[in-house]
Amino acid sequence: MAAVERTSQAPSKQTELPSWKDPKAEPYIRIENVTKKFGDFVAVNNVSLSIYRGELFSLLGGSGCGKTTLLRMLAGFENPTSGKIYIDGVDMAGIPPYDRPTNMMFQSYALFPHMTVEQNVAFGLKQDKFPDSEVKQRVAQMLDLVQLTPFAKRKPHQLSGGQRQRVALARSLVKQPKLLLLDEPLGALDKKLREATQFELMNIQDRLGITFIVVTHDQEEAMTLSTRIGVMNAGQIVQIGTPQEIYEYPQNKFVADFIGSVNLFEGQIVEDEADHVLIKSAEAGCDIYIDHGISSAPGAKAWVAIRPEKIQLTKQEVNAPHNCVRGTVKGIAYMGNLSIYLVQLDNGKQIKVTMQNQMRAAELMIDWDDRVSVTWHPNSPVALLS
Amino acid sequence: MTHRLSWFIIFWLVVVFAFLYTPIISVVIYSFNASKLVTVWAGWSFKWYGELAKDRQIIDAALLSLQVAAISSTLATILGTIAGYVLVRFPKFLGRTAFSGMVNAPLVMPEVITGLSMLLLFITMENIFKWAVAGLADSGMGATSEVVRVLFGWVEGRGFITVVIAHVTFTMSYIAVVMRSRFLVLDLSLEEAAQDLGAKPLKVFFVITLPIVLPAIISGWLLGFTISLDDLVITAFTNGPGTTTLPQVVFSKVRLGLDPKINALATIIIAIVSIGVIIATIQMRRAEKQRQRDEQMAIRALAKA
Ligand SMILES: Nc1ncnc2c1ncn2[C@@H]1O[C@H](COP(=O)(O)OP(=O)(O)OP(=O)(O)O)[C@@H](O)[C@H]1O
Ligand SMILES: [Mg+2]
Repeated sequence: MAAVERTSQAPSKQTELPSWKDPKAEPYIRIENVTKKFGDFVAVNNVSLSIYRGELFSLLGGSGCGKTTLLRMLAGFENPTSGKIYIDGVDMAGIPPYDRPTNMMFQSYALFPHMTVEQNVAFGLKQDKFPDSEVKQRVAQMLDLVQLTPFAKRKPHQLSGGQRQRVALARSLVKQPKLLLLDEPLGALDKKLREATQFELMNIQDRLGITFIVVTHDQEEAMTLSTRIGVMNAGQIVQIGTPQEIYEYPQNKFVADFIGSVNLFEGQIVEDEADHVLIKSAEAGCDIYIDHGISSAPGAKAWVAIRPEKIQLTKQEVNAPHNCVRGTVKGIAYMGNLSIYLVQLDNGKQIKVTMQNQMRAAELMIDWDDRVSVTWHPNSPVALLS
Repeated sequence: MTHRLSWFIIFWLVVVFAFLYTPIISVVIYSFNASKLVTVWAGWSFKWYGELAKDRQIIDAALLSLQVAAISSTLATILGTIAGYVLVRFPKFLGRTAFSGMVNAPLVMPEVITGLSMLLLFITMENIFKWAVAGLADSGMGATSEVVRVLFGWVEGRGFITVVIAHVTFTMSYIAVVMRSRFLVLDLSLEEAAQDLGAKPLKVFFVITLPIVLPAIISGWLLGFTISLDDLVITAFTNGPGTTTLPQVVFSKVRLGLDPKINALATIIIAIVSIGVIIATIQMRRAEKQRQRDEQMAIRALAKA
């Protein structure tokens, strides 16, 4: 999985701290303890979040975890049951959608069925009383950007799903709002168009300094696109971080499991020092040594997460006091550049291992039902307390 | 086998269509009957159409009915659309249940009762009106009294305006039902998107909501128009001597014995309705064909891209 570190201030990438790490930076959007209830059902649960100018912030999470609801509160379609939302320092309570500096792209596109593509895109500009010539020019530019110029005179029902999505995207982009809320903007596009549009989004963000909040189901998209990611589960934000932080240092089981794939072992902390942790795990069948400390009481329950690509398999027997178990290969999926091995440890637990297919020589290859040693480096696992 | 089956189907088709259309066809044929007796055939003639054209009573009643129907249906469409919108888009407001019940009540209420209550209302209003005008005039406020007379004079003796008001109240219920079900399936996010792009709610209603539901509004208006046009009971309760509508004239004439002029009138109405239906069908076909052509064009453009 490609995790490219991106910063919000494109021109000064090397010198400056990213804004979310800069204590002096003023957040552009402040969400403070926002809760939204529908009747008794809590859709968004005590969310606090700061987003900085020019960021492309992704909200990632399973279906029904409250992503759309959070966006709708930012856009002004729902009022928080409790908590506050500030955009550019202004309390948004009581400010109607048409007075907010935001534009939203709806998950359902919400294209006006009685207007042509062109009229749909022009609608927002017309509300702001732009002169006709400018409206025309900006609409044409936007349609060009999303490659819909030949469809300008069509009505939405005469378009394919992906084309509709692009109209919706163009309509929300054309006003160049300070804050753009995109609800699954690229879901219906094919791979090529999707990559092109992702690239274009990043381009627009760098060029215009628009702040983006993008809801997505697609982890890979979130990884490539975002400056930071907020992972949501059941109405709560469970972790906020750069794509790399989220992938390499998940803070809890949910994030570790949700982002990419992972092997989880339950265990008990035996030693917790500044420079290492030792965890005894019956589930793994060995002691796990991790070369960074976590602050916890010895004896506490913990989980160890190890990514499949950070585990090595060899046919030789390895003897080490920790980070080493034996198992049997139960399945191999050949993916071209890499292979996924399903290994059954001797205690019965199944784990997943991916290895690069560097060598083609048959004798080095691990086969079905081979006995293997499973090892990993002490800096590979992450210890999780929840 | 299939042959026998298709004969069977054709047989039933004939029976059903005969059942539905024989009365209508016989009215049309008898409208060209030369005899004064409706039941005796005496050869073809256009005589009754000529008679009809000379019958001021029927012509006036027809014109009056058309006027009442057009005006009351227009007002009822405006009110019914607003009522339907409010019922769908405002889930919570004080008295919503009562409002919803009141909008729907005339649908289930027997017409006699609606008519009677209307009549009682207008009589009460008339009494209050008379009392107010007299009282104002007596206490030396002649000018105010005159204003009241001009504004509310129509309740006296009842006439065109009371009939229109009565028709508006009960056709509005039908139109509100049509509009309510249209607004129920209208995607709320369309209105939200328009607001999000900077349009204020009132503008959203006129620029987004109304154009999208326009077909439903038109069918609501047509529904209201037809219901108003053939209403007999409520009209009978609420009109005065000078305002006899077409259904009333027809009804009273038929009670005095069948009149061939009524056959002619019925034939004209049937002709108008049939032409309307045929034009609407052709229009719909054309729109559908256009849509298919557009879709095919979209698919072809997609294939090329
Ligand atoms: N108007 C509403 N009334 C009641 N419940 C609602 C309403 N809107 C959303 N919900 C509930 O709130 C929860 C969160 O919904 P939301 O639309 O925010 O999910 P989501 O994260 O966007 O999911 P998806 O990825 O499927 O779009 C869902 O369980 C949903 O059923
Ligand atoms: Mg959603």
